[in-house]
Amino acid sequence: MARAVTSRRKTLNTALAWAVGLLIFFPILWTILTSFKTEAQAIASPPLFLNFDWTLENYAIVQERSDYMRFLWNSVIIAGGSTILGVIIAVPAAWAMAFVPSKRTKDILLWMLSTKMLPAVGVLYPIYLLFIQLGLLDTRGGLVVVLMLINLPIIVWMLYTYFREIPGEILEAARMDGATLKEEILYVLTPMAVPGIASTVLLNFILAWNEAFWTLNLTAVDAAPLTAFIASYSSPEGLFFAKLSAASTMAIAPILILGWFSQKQLVRGLTFGAVK
Amino acid sequence: MATQHSRSVARLMMAPAVVLLLGWMLVPLTMTLYFSFKKYLPLRGGDLGWVGFDNYIRFVSSSSFWPAVQATLTIVGGVLIITVILGVLLAMLLDQPMWGQGVVRILVIAPFFVMPTVSALVWKNMFMDPVNGLLAHLWRFFGAEPVSWLSEASMTSIIMIVSWQWLPFATLILLTAIQSLDSEQLEAAEMDGAPPLKRFFHIILPHLSRAITIVILIQTIFLLSIFAEIFVTTGGAFGTRTLTYLIFQRVLESQNVGLGSAGGVYAIILANIVAIFLMRIVGKNLDA
Repeated sequence: MARAVTSRRKTLNTALAWAVGLLIFFPILWTILTSFKTEAQAIASPPLFLNFDWTLENYAIVQERSDYMRFLWNSVIIAGGSTILGVIIAVPAAWAMAFVPSKRTKDILLWMLSTKMLPAVGVLYPIYLLFIQLGLLDTRGGLVVVLMLINLPIIVWMLYTYFREIPGEILEAARMDGATLKEEILYVLTPMAVPGIASTVLLNFILAWNEAFWTLNLTAVDAAPLTAFIASYSSPEGLFFAKLSAASTMAIAPILILGWFSQKQLVRGLTFGAVK
Repeated sequence: MATQHSRSVARLMMAPAVVLLLGWMLVPLTMTLYFSFKKYLPLRGGDLGWVGFDNYIRFVSSSSFWPAVQATLTIVGGVLIITVILGVLLAMLLDQPMWGQGVVRILVIAPFFVMPTVSALVWKNMFMDPVNGLLAHLWRFFGAEPVSWLSEASMTSIIMIVSWQWLPFATLILLTAIQSLDSEQLEAAEMDGAPPLKRFFHIILPHLSRAITIVILIQTIFLLSIFAEIFVTTGGAFGTRTLTYLIFQRVLESQNVGLGSAGGVYAIILANIVAIFLMRIVGKNLDA
């Protein structure tokens, strides 16, 4: 009797949750579907859901007309470069804070977090001016540095929370056995830290990929990543729903896939360890 | 002696991150402060000398200031109300036993990974276009007149788009918090005959209060500075010019750097007021 009720409730939950889930996902699904239509089918009334002639021509047109691959490559370089650079700088810092904590560690961590709270628009002109004077405007190098700096606090924080979970006794034991600092980091700490570092890399790659303030304001042509490429579709000419969809699908597909792997780390990374 | 040594090594290891962030904070901040006290028009005469607090006064007394404050508060408030309420409901739903929980979770979280320019443009064109948008088709299907969303209901539209982007974040964090709730406590309350609403208000909601606070604080900081969503939809027209967008226009579009910098200082102060509360919670958690 009790079991029957539970099973009915489970069915009800399932139906409701799937309905809500599909509703939330629908804009993405619709974009992906539209990307396979012709422009005429994309605006057909009533709308076509699955009963259209599937075509790949939009993808070809987007690549041909606007050289999509160049923007994709810029995104990869900027997001990847800033993440790698950030991790290289953050690993030693987080290691020191986690394993050699001092009275000031907490203050430094909170101060780093506070730099993340600085509204970008408040320092827009100074950065813009510095970029012009240093010849960094519209360069990938400049954006790598800026995105690295805005994400550095999150990288340090995430690594710190992961490192803190590694028991200190293991490190002490290694030290007793005569391991040098270098050996300790290389052979004891690193293997245990790899999952944490991987999660950090993943989340920060996603954040950098989707960053849309600095990438829009500090690029023009050469260094423009996908965020700027998509923004260029905001003043359309003629029929363009299907092409917009194809471009959008290509811009979000890699991150959707990476994102599904990182959903657990998302909470830790974005709440600075306050919710686990 | 070993500790002495490891302490100095530790300091050395922290140095690059600390120095970089210090520079990243101090250099632009000093420059913004410096410009905010100057009449500085790069395209019309350049540096025209010190003007004291003139820019600060002009920024708040300009006719676009209060509408911008209002737009900012409407967007932040609207999105917070929608995402927190729906987030709590959705988190409770996802916490129930069901088939395919993992897949539903993925569907719900997906919008968070869509880059802001894509979600804004997809909504603007494929859903909110008054002729060919899906919502227009839906309206016509029910015999209603399609709405020109981004011009007639611009604020509602922006709030809808941004809420769609941030609902996954709220849901995910609240779900994580709900899952740490002691289920025995709930079962005991159920046994004692506490009705569902009472269980919700006396057990679930108090348990979630900390997570809700964190969601509100973090989202506020990000929502205060949303940019791309407005940049590609209305471009600040139809009453959607937020403080962030107003400053952006002053600085880069009309190149009135002094005035924009004063606005920037206001934005920094505003963000810091919110940040102080967030830092307290995070700081407490560090001690635990």
